[in-house]
Amino acid sequence: MADLDFTVDETIDITSVTCPVTFVKTKVALDEMDEGQVLQVHLNDGEPRQNVPRSIADEGHEVLRLDDNGDGTYELYIRKVGD
Amino acid sequence: MAFTDEQLERYSRHIILKEIGVKGQKKLLAGKVLIIGAGGLGAPAAMYLAAAGVGTIGIADADKVDLSNLQRQVIHTTNDIGKRKVESAAETMRAINPDITVNTYYDFVNSSNIMDLIADYDFILDGTDNFPAKFLINDACVMAGKPFSHAGIIRFKGQLTTVIPGEGPCYRCIFKNPPPKDAVPTCKQAGVIGAMGGVIGSLQAMEAVKYLTGVGELLSGYLLTYDALKMEFHKVKLPPRGDGCAVCSDHPTITELIDYEQAACDMKQ
Repeated sequence: MADLDFTVDETIDITSVTCPVTFVKTKVALDEMDEGQVLQVHLNDGEPRQNVPRSIADEGHEVLRLDDNGDGTYELYIRKVGD
Repeated sequence: MAFTDEQLERYSRHIILKEIGVKGQKKLLAGKVLIIGAGGLGAPAAMYLAAAGVGTIGIADADKVDLSNLQRQVIHTTNDIGKRKVESAAETMRAINPDITVNTYYDFVNSSNIMDLIADYDFILDGTDNFPAKFLINDACVMAGKPFSHAGIIRFKGQLTTVIPGEGPCYRCIFKNPPPKDAVPTCKQAGVIGAMGGVIGSLQAMEAVKYLTGVGELLSGYLLTYDALKMEFHKVKLPPRGDGCAVCSDHPTITELIDYEQAACDMKQ
């Protein structure tokens, strides 16, 4: 795992679901967290990688980084903004 | 309350919406809406509210499904002819969404039962087809402080407004009293284009969803009219709630519910 300059509070894996449930699961996970906490999302390349970070940013959350795992999956780190 | 995976999928198109999201969907699931009339307006409204996951939906109607209803009352099917409308409607709603609770009231609303009927609900939807019922619903909702959606349809026209008692004008602020019996034809006499109930009833469902979730601006203080032949919508600003109203002013002259007489041709045979 890459060096992170923040602490991950929650982790979810959305590789077993497809769009739009990928985004829905991410949104639900963020809803249950506190402002400022960081969510790590394990997601597939392709549609999830294209859509989930963009949709989450549109909601006003902060996309901290998106790391390529090199195996067709990515790690997305999101800081929750708002309550 | 956490969503099940099935609920996440069922309501995904709502949850995705920034304005609704997880919190809005939870408000819908906790929401209680009473639909009075399972006819042209109530049918689409009930189906959309059930599909939306409004957790408790009451439906009141004293009629049975008739063949002549099916041209517009899309919640009932040919196989339902002769069934109580509330039962037929409830079956469709539960089939759309087993997640919700449907309460049925096989009864005409009148001055002696309406206060008990509306007491348990957050929002009332008037889907009735006659003036006595519309004035009764207005007065009861004003007295109980219950927000409601008023609507009416006839021929190729429809109208609706949303009443928030104590804030905006009520139905009686606009129309002081019911018209004389037989002065205005009912939709039974005048006819109504089937999709009109779909347009206006769906708008009523939309107002209920917006009220429950707190999203957007309600049609309070406005009357929306729709003329299908001209394909025109007009949003008419209503005068503010004033001192003159017999029921919703600070010094009302109507303090008890009134059962206005129905036109004879509309009475049950």
